[in-house]
Amino acid sequence: MEQIIGNINGIDFTLGETILELSYLISALLFVVGLKLLSHPETARRGNFYAGGGMILAMITTLLLHKDTEGNGIALANVWIILSAIIIGSVVGLIVARRVKMTAMPQLVSLFNASGGAASALVALLEFPNADMTNLGSVLVTILGLIIGSVAFSGSMIAYGKLDGKVKDIFSGVMTYVNLILLIAVVAISVFIMISGQTPEQLNWAIYLLLGVSLLYGIMFVMPIGGADMPVVISLLNSFTGIAAAMAGFIYNNQAMILGGILVGAAGTILTLLMCKAMNRSLMNVIIGAFGGESASGTGTEGGIMKEINLSDASILLSYSKSVVIVPGYGLAVAQAQHVCHELEELLSGKGVSVRFAIHPVAGRMPGHMNVLLAEADVPYNQLVEMDNINPDMPNTDVVMVIGANDVVNPAALNDPGSPIAGMPIINAHLAKNIIVMKRGRGKGYAGIENELFFGEKTRLLFGNAKDSLQNLVNEIKSL
Amino acid sequence: MEQILVYFFTYKEAIFIIALSIFLGIEVISNVPSVLHTPLMSGANAISGVIIIGGIILVGHADSTKISLELILGFFAVIFGTLNVVGGFAVTDRMLEMFKKKKK
Repeated sequence: MEQIIGNINGIDFTLGETILELSYLISALLFVVGLKLLSHPETARRGNFYAGGGMILAMITTLLLHKDTEGNGIALANVWIILSAIIIGSVVGLIVARRVKMTAMPQLVSLFNASGGAASALVALLEFPNADMTNLGSVLVTILGLIIGSVAFSGSMIAYGKLDGKVKDIFSGVMTYVNLILLIAVVAISVFIMISGQTPEQLNWAIYLLLGVSLLYGIMFVMPIGGADMPVVISLLNSFTGIAAAMAGFIYNNQAMILGGILVGAAGTILTLLMCKAMNRSLMNVIIGAFGGESASGTGTEGGIMKEINLSDASILLSYSKSVVIVPGYGLAVAQAQHVCHELEELLSGKGVSVRFAIHPVAGRMPGHMNVLLAEADVPYNQLVEMDNINPDMPNTDVVMVIGANDVVNPAALNDPGSPIAGMPIINAHLAKNIIVMKRGRGKGYAGIENELFFGEKTRLLFGNAKDSLQNLVNEIKSL
Repeated sequence: MEQILVYFFTYKEAIFIIALSIFLGIEVISNVPSVLHTPLMSGANAISGVIIIGGIILVGHADSTKISLELILGFFAVIFGTLNVVGGFAVTDRMLEMFKKKKK
């Protein structure tokens, strides 16, 4: 491996170095191919496997073949230290990934994202003392890696806390200004570090201050964002982690890190924008948290009457329908009612009723949340229909059953220009012949707006915990 | 200004990679069905654990004869990076396995 096999611009390169760079190229290609395969249902699992293989390859070759600028490889003692850290990380990662309940998936994704952000921030922090202060570009990427990594870490931790119900949404108008001040502070400290002309040792305090302010910004930035906007935030933080890793790749001039990081950054950004589009809101709007800030302007329907339905009527209505569409929302996940929901679907299918699920892109707390939840309950995925494909069938649907969803079926989005969710594409549940809404109580949805669907002529409500209601409904239908 | 140009020239390969990867990232995941949003995000999340390479390089060349802040924090960086990589790929696989089994 030490054998010199060539020379570029007067610098010799060894066989080991060549193999290392070649392995990075293969890893980078595996990342690209893996991500591509991940975006098709048939090949997704293979894609995940490829990307993982690329990562393992890069880890092994780095460990064996990487040399510092003086040509020293990684000493055996250090190899053991690294291996023990990798073993700890792998064991914990595997246990958590296997054990965690599927309903806790959004939390888990946030937690893993936080750990990636933390790793990036630590690497940037520790590389800062080695930065060449005369090379502003290299100082900049180190600082950016630190800032973005820290924000991704603390932001994801808060997102985790919120999804797990440990952190409450806190919003006040002051926070917008606090965040602005924090952001200015981040920029000011960064500029100071870059132009002060001091050595990294002299700037030690500044870099730790920057770390602190960035961490605080991450917390404050996610804190006011409401639960229903979580799909946007999670995928945004995800793309941050990728960008932070790419910045660290710049520090080491490592192409596999740069490509992998930017790939994730770009893909995450696209997913974020897709989520924003599904809510007809701009990213800015989500971050500033307009739902909390605006006063709700629900018009007209307030004071209407909600009409209840009892179990036996509901079961008869469902059993004698030709087509039923179920609209699941976050309430289904909270109640962990996905299995009994599947039971109901099978029961009705057995009676010759066509049952489909209408999936809104932002239903739940992360992109694709409802799909994962229902897949866990063994609902065949060809029964999950996307919003745009189910809407034309709505007028011919006998019963729409809304389970724990609210804003995604609120017709105010279509016909009340003053509504905070005006323009958001919705599932047109109100066009169906009958609507059964399962709700825990009479409260408003996340956006704090009345849902006129609930007061509609064709709508009947079934109050209670979704899991219990569904179970009772299943029992009732069985006894018909 | 001159410094920016110097920086660009020094790292021109890396900058090319960034510019092209952005388009590649956008292109690769466009038209992804919503069924796959979660696994795609989670798989991408695992790829961002590529920071582990940085962690390995950092700890690999740290002075291991004495316990230093660099060594300790670097050790944690490797743990966190691995957690992101291994946990991320494992959980993505678990999700996709669920999708798979109902295609009887």
